[in-house]
Amino acid sequence: MTIRLGGILFGLAITGVLLLWSLLPGALNFAFPTKPDYYAFQEKNIAPEGGFSFDGPLGKWDTQQLQRGYQVYKEVCSACHSLKFVAFRNLQEIGFTEPEVRAEAASWEVPGIDPKDGSAIKRPGIPTDQFPSPYANEVEARAFNNNALPPDLTLITKARKDGVHYVYSLMQGYNEPDPEDVAKSPDFETPPGLYFNEYFYNINIAMPPQLLDGIVTYSDGTEATTEQMAQDITAFLTWAGEPSLIKRKQTGWFVIGFLLFATFLGFMSYKTVWATKKPKKGSPDLV
Amino acid sequence: MATTADNVNAEEGVRRRDWIHIAAVSTAGVGGASILFPLVSQMAPTADVLAASTTDVDVSSLEPGQSIKGVFRDQPLFVKRMTAEELAEMKAVDASGLRDAQTLEERLGEGNEDILVQLGVCTHLGCVPLGAGEGEDKGEFNGYFCPCHGSHYDAAGRIRKGPAPTNLAVPDFVFTNETVIRVG
Amino acid sequence: MSFAWANSYEPKTDLTKWLDEKLPVPRLVYNAIGAGYPVPRNLNYMWNFGVLAGFFLMFQIITGIILAMHYAANTDVAFGQIEHIMRNVNYGWLMKYAHANGASFFFMVIYLHIFRGFYYSSYKAPREMIWLLGVVIFLLMMATAFMGYVLPWGQMSFWGAKVITGLFGAIPFIGEPLQVWLVGGYAPNNSTLNRFFSLHFLMPFVILGAVILHIWALHIPGSSNPTGVEVKKESDTVPFHPYYTAKDGWFLGLVLSLFAFVVFFAPNALGHAENWIEANPLSTPALIVPEWYFYPFYAILRAFTGDLTIPFTGIVLIEAKLLGVIAMFGSILLWFFLPWLDKSPVRSGSYRPLFRIFFWIFVVDMAALFYLGGAKAEEPFIVMSQIATAWYFLHFLVILPIISQIEVPKALPFSITEAVLGKDEGSSKSATPSAPPAGAMPEPAE
Repeated sequence: MTIRLGGILFGLAITGVLLLWSLLPGALNFAFPTKPDYYAFQEKNIAPEGGFSFDGPLGKWDTQQLQRGYQVYKEVCSACHSLKFVAFRNLQEIGFTEPEVRAEAASWEVPGIDPKDGSAIKRPGIPTDQFPSPYANEVEARAFNNNALPPDLTLITKARKDGVHYVYSLMQGYNEPDPEDVAKSPDFETPPGLYFNEYFYNINIAMPPQLLDGIVTYSDGTEATTEQMAQDITAFLTWAGEPSLIKRKQTGWFVIGFLLFATFLGFMSYKTVWATKKPKKGSPDLV
Repeated sequence: MATTADNVNAEEGVRRRDWIHIAAVSTAGVGGASILFPLVSQMAPTADVLAASTTDVDVSSLEPGQSIKGVFRDQPLFVKRMTAEELAEMKAVDASGLRDAQTLEERLGEGNEDILVQLGVCTHLGCVPLGAGEGEDKGEFNGYFCPCHGSHYDAAGRIRKGPAPTNLAVPDFVFTNETVIRVG
Repeated sequence: MSFAWANSYEPKTDLTKWLDEKLPVPRLVYNAIGAGYPVPRNLNYMWNFGVLAGFFLMFQIITGIILAMHYAANTDVAFGQIEHIMRNVNYGWLMKYAHANGASFFFMVIYLHIFRGFYYSSYKAPREMIWLLGVVIFLLMMATAFMGYVLPWGQMSFWGAKVITGLFGAIPFIGEPLQVWLVGGYAPNNSTLNRFFSLHFLMPFVILGAVILHIWALHIPGSSNPTGVEVKKESDTVPFHPYYTAKDGWFLGLVLSLFAFVVFFAPNALGHAENWIEANPLSTPALIVPEWYFYPFYAILRAFTGDLTIPFTGIVLIEAKLLGVIAMFGSILLWFFLPWLDKSPVRSGSYRPLFRIFFWIFVVDMAALFYLGGAKAEEPFIVMSQIATAWYFLHFLVILPIISQIEVPKALPFSITEAVLGKDEGSSKSATPSAPPAGAMPEPAE
């Protein structure tokens, strides 16, 4: 009885506090909102026509596309963005042969030491090396980039909401702000050193547009349009973020199929076990 | 009559039921057993360890009598350019009388004049033998000596005295060019 | 176990006879989850979640031990170690995703188990101890899950650790030194990560111990059932094996199929994208929220936006921060008092018309709190979480005690047998049934 009385009193007290000291000011705030006006950025990302080859439960990597994406990363993105959790040896997974991987690795400069005196030098990469970072540290990265920090790209497609489509959209989202909006408020003007991109969360991004038509020359002859390069780099970064993606989905089909089969057998076994205990009500053979 | 028919049905029923229970339990068993596969294989060497399983050694600056201590699969690797005296001495040894009969040619490998490549791992219990560095104890046979349990190896890395069962292991290797050896 | 008709274990081979004399583990298992444990025959599928929770506890322990073989609790490398597991370890991606989503499924199953308890009043005499141990297990699980989420050392890991340890800073006088002591510094650092790893490894075994006590306490009165009428005789029960092993078995298969779907096709759906960014103590994510299973309690924490003051004087009695902390911990701690708050003699919600209405309102309220805990801290969500929080406390502390006084319950069946078969010889034999055993429910008049 004391517990119930105490409980009722405590409950009423908590409710009272909420009502008087939180809810009332909150309700006032709700009734007269003072929300600032933001430029609405494009929350809905776009997807390529027909989707990506790895989309859906039956998706597959398109190794040609991944290799094109690698070329875009190497020739464009890697000037500022690292890919630190991927090793050159991983390139074999996207269709490079072992000698090709060795040659690819050797075309990158990675930090090493001089075997004679131990001083820091740059040496050609070997397959077991990770992709090198373009900057020694965060301070250097910011100093070179107008105080913005180019993020590591390994996990970028997982580290953003709807990341795959986000990367694809951002690559093509460079534009000009609506002149009407700019006329309304000077806040909508793009500040110097920044670029208008409606898929970036605060509209003005520090990265200049990169994938200009023809900035790379694809070795397989594909025409390097902005859209094509955006698709290819997105595919490559999706692979870099989750190399096990396709293997995972394929394993999943097998595991779920097996589990459903086992569940079916288990259900039949369960029905048989309970047969005498659960016939229709009023049936004479109940025990 | 009806009783007989009932009994027959009942027996069949029992068999049918048994079948479904056996099927269900054994399927669950197969599922449980196949879970063991990833659980066991996760302890096998990881991809980065497997990828690092070859080592390149540059022997261009190696003088006769000098050794390089390298690392191969996380273990010490001894690469030595043997001197003319050592080569002559080792050639003269009658290999058939040794515990682990191997001639000098077999130790060096085909087409290899004087570069001895071997793992610096005593075949007894895995200590690192002395003898590859300057001024280290070379043992009674002027080659390598394992201080842990007193195994003596000759200059070609063959076991001559002590508890070790076999000669120092010679890994697979090739000359990728005149001066670089790829081990593994 | 005290049911007279329970099957008793008979060792058949020489080996089992010898074992039964020296260490009767087979007998223990037989009596705990075998044919020696009589269980009400009318359990519905809500009674499957206890076994499922036990399964997921063991699943988390096994996958967790494996992940610990490849992880390193050091702020310099922890995030990279997760990537090492995802990329280099054989089936590491499977272990990582199975463990992360296993935690979600563990909580999903536990919430259903708890709500089964709310609806059927599983906390009532003679089962108070089972309930109290259950609340302890739930609290231990929350602590374990929270510390586990810190280990990948992503942005959400770091900021979650900072915010939750910050709660302790709200305690008057000792708060700040306590917070510094808990974290081992002024903000989550390497010491924090190390101690969280150590405790995250230890706690599951503490949970396992509490689960053993929970099951032990269950076997003293036996399982409850959907009618709430106590077991009277053999025809009310069936042996646990094979009846409930078969039922739990196939249902486990169904839940595992669902689990496999999430692990293989949507492994990141229940997580936060920000946690794939390495922890950065200098940059806060736009929206800090915990994992979904903490949402209701996080919503309660955030509902308190104003200090408790004496009106018009400006004297602060309790700060908003402390109020939120009290309410959040209080919202779970009050479950300890539930057996004594709800004194209705009828257990099952199916026979309590008034209770049932409020039960479903409470379910809606909890669903709202689940939603609000993950929402942005802005209007209208703040007002909504304040209303939902107020209702949460009203439900347990005011509504339950009152309706247990004023409600007229529906007629209960005479026995479980009657509830299942629609007839029971015992009920028609005499108008005055033999005296019920102590603690049993009074039988309502026809």
